[in-house]
Amino acid sequence: MRRYNPQRESNSMNQLTPYLSALLGGVYIGLAALWLMWANGRIAGISGILGGLLRFDKDEFFWRAAFLLGLIISPWIYSRVSGEQIFVYDATPIGTAVIAGLLVGVGTQIGNGCTSGHGVCGISRFSIRSIIATITFMLAGVITVYVMRHLVGGGT
Amino acid sequence: MKSSALFQTLSAAGAGLLFGQGLIISRMIDPKKVMDFLDIAGDWDPSLAFVMIGAIAVTSIGYRFLFKANRPLFADLFRLPLSKQIDSKLIGGAILFGIGWGLAGLCPGPALVDLSLGLPSVMLFVVAMVICINGYRFIQSLSAKSEP
Repeated sequence: MRRYNPQRESNSMNQLTPYLSALLGGVYIGLAALWLMWANGRIAGISGILGGLLRFDKDEFFWRAAFLLGLIISPWIYSRVSGEQIFVYDATPIGTAVIAGLLVGVGTQIGNGCTSGHGVCGISRFSIRSIIATITFMLAGVITVYVMRHLVGGGT
Repeated sequence: MKSSALFQTLSAAGAGLLFGQGLIISRMIDPKKVMDFLDIAGDWDPSLAFVMIGAIAVTSIGYRFLFKANRPLFADLFRLPLSKQIDSKLIGGAILFGIGWGLAGLCPGPALVDLSLGLPSVMLFVVAMVICINGYRFIQSLSAKSEP
């Protein structure tokens, strides 16, 4: 397991309890979803935005690329503003990560959405489809972690 | 580029940045924390449920006001998914996605945010995910063409 800047772990933002910082982060995500709908009329579903990118349609390409670029440079901006370095725990073996990426990629396309599209935007529109999708992928995630951590014991 | 396209691009960049800050502040970007959240039979960390609670509270209330407008600021219409169908594709896709999410603790947004942290597993996850998304769409477009 690799650990990044563990000594920074207890700095400013993380002095909020995990519950408060989760809630605050959620509010940011909600505001971002609202802004994208208000300005561009679009659902803030990451897998959907990513999926439409490589058609290279000139009306679609730039806003999609800009949104994804905003996500990608987020850690840099965050560190600049807060003076904190971001660390995450990387405990996934390479092979598992590749299989997970394949499943996430194909699953979001077959099921038309991920945590953001179904879980945030869809539920916020009270879409039954999204509510069912969200319950399903959460259950699948819970069962997967249970199997990996408690039955196989290979995960962390 | 038309001015509306320019405004759309700029506003999308802002939305992506704000979304990313939310994922970072909430710690959704930490694969281990996501797995701890999903590990209800183990040492369960329920805190990430509040990400969804916060996001849905803001978005559901905000959407109600937004949709009273005739159109978005920089586009002609609000584009909303029309499908209401609950079928095996929806469930099957969600199951595959959920398994992947549980295996690596990553979903598409956090994976993209984590790209710059330089972790090989995250990079390979993103490569595999992007290949699959586009491969699936490519195959779909082929089969759509071959239909009469």
